[in-house]
Amino acid sequence: MTAYAEPVHMQTQTGAFLAVLRRDLYVTGKELPVFLAQVILQPFFLLFVFGKVLGSLGYTQHGYSDLLFPGLLSLTAVITGMQTLAFPLVLEFGWTKEIEDRLLAPMRTGLVAAEKMVFASLRALIAATLMIPIGILVLGSIPWRWSGVPLLIVMMILASVLGAGLGLVLGTLVTPNRINVVFSLVFTPLLFTGCSQYPWPSLDRLPWFQVVTACNPMTYASEGMRAALVPDVPHIRPWISLTVLAGSIVVLSVVGVRGFYRRAID
Amino acid sequence: MSDSAVTVRELVKRYPKAPVNAVDGISFAVAPGEVFGLLGPNGAGKTTTVGVLTTRVRPTAGVAEVDGLDVLRNPVAARRRLAVVPQRSNLDRSISIRRNLLFHAAYHGVPAAERDRRATELLEQFGLLERADSKPDFISGGQSQRIMIARALMHEPAVLFLDEPSTGLDPAARLFVWDRLRELKERGVTLVLTTHDMHEAAALTERVAIIDHGKLLAIDTPQALIRSLPGKATLELATQIPPDRSPEDVLAAARTLTGVDAVEPVQAQPGGDGNGAGEARVRLYVSGDAALLVGPAATRLAQDGMTITDVALGSPSLEDVFIHLTGRALR
Repeated sequence: MTAYAEPVHMQTQTGAFLAVLRRDLYVTGKELPVFLAQVILQPFFLLFVFGKVLGSLGYTQHGYSDLLFPGLLSLTAVITGMQTLAFPLVLEFGWTKEIEDRLLAPMRTGLVAAEKMVFASLRALIAATLMIPIGILVLGSIPWRWSGVPLLIVMMILASVLGAGLGLVLGTLVTPNRINVVFSLVFTPLLFTGCSQYPWPSLDRLPWFQVVTACNPMTYASEGMRAALVPDVPHIRPWISLTVLAGSIVVLSVVGVRGFYRRAID
Repeated sequence: MSDSAVTVRELVKRYPKAPVNAVDGISFAVAPGEVFGLLGPNGAGKTTTVGVLTTRVRPTAGVAEVDGLDVLRNPVAARRRLAVVPQRSNLDRSISIRRNLLFHAAYHGVPAAERDRRATELLEQFGLLERADSKPDFISGGQSQRIMIARALMHEPAVLFLDEPSTGLDPAARLFVWDRLRELKERGVTLVLTTHDMHEAAALTERVAIIDHGKLLAIDTPQALIRSLPGKATLELATQIPPDRSPEDVLAAARTLTGVDAVEPVQAQPGGDGNGAGEARVRLYVSGDAALLVGPAATRLAQDGMTITDVALGSPSLEDVFIHLTGRALR
């Protein structure tokens, strides 16, 4: 036997990776209405109340919905990516153990984590894309600039992956019995310090809050989306946003995959 | 490198911050097609040992191989050769029972047509066809055990690891699982099961490793382990004695038999046949096989005009072996 160095072809690992991804897509397909409700309701209501209702009642300035909309694209992508990954992962590791069958599939453990990120990013991207027609429906029109679309697409992808990365870190850190506490401690602040409801440069009137929001990587996704869709609104320069997002994704992925290994292998 | 299905050499595992090794220098080998049991109380190190072999626990030292593959150096390849049936259900609750099987096979690269064929075959064999298209919610422990074994077989592993395969199952479910495991053995699948149930070990395994505190205390066939116990088998004889003989004579005669370690009278059953002829019951403590002593005992007693009317063999169990080795009961 030449057992020690038997090569496991990349093909086997890719096959396992794709099969696991197919399983996740299959489940999403079966639970499509639930998925849609889960990802769309929150941004829909934010858009409806802040963009439509408050505007119609005259409590927000004209044009507020234009700067809110790009922020909500970023919020939807980040939150969906995070929720898709973190909640199930906490339960799978801590309670249902469903993940074990995938951990025993013939692929590197890191690839199981990578699949989680790819799947969560895909869902986040779909959810963010769905916000475009919803925005048109709720607001009547959305700020749109064809020349900004390439940057918008890049930002939507980065925001989705960022959300998945946050989810992976959170999902591997939290034990099921602390899931409620941690999610309210992490989720809500993240949601409201990510500059989705206000542009970052305008915060110079609240310097301490400007510092806080600068620490939330979601801020750069929101700002990047504004750069793409409403460049007239003061925003962080796109190259800064791109760099910070890319860096955050790298850091979160490394930390998340490490955490994943720690949970997967004793 | 070896021809064994499973090889463990000098395996050590110490968990971070643990004061002692969970596995403390265990070595054994399992032959292809063998049914091998790891017997020990909870916390003995069985599950950790299996965890290393199934690529889920990183050992502190030592070697672990499955089907000739070093699981540490080559975990991905090893996963194609092994399958695990855990004690508690880890079935995918979002998809049907059939899809649990199909996706498992897909993870392992089984072609689609082959997946369908195997799934149908295994669902039938495990009595799951009727429920195949419902999700594995609200199912009994026995059923989830069956589904997990069927799922494990979808990629035709060389070695199947089962953790406490029948703990918590009702007797019928337990027998069903045992029957299926025996069928697997006939097909040449190597089975490694951990258990703290000596009945299960005795009923299923060809060889047993007894583990406690992370150390391997004994390894042999259950019969050999039991036989190795000094004076633990018993032979109980009911003897008809003529009026000129007393129960003491029976004891004296029994003592002269070779292989008998000790003899003691057993309380006579009340309400004997009452014909005046006495009856005596004696218990012989025997090293080795008690059944082999029945003939010599009958011959020896007949010399004194006594007849054996009833025989009862008491054989020690793996539980006794365990108590003998560790000084305490399994549970």
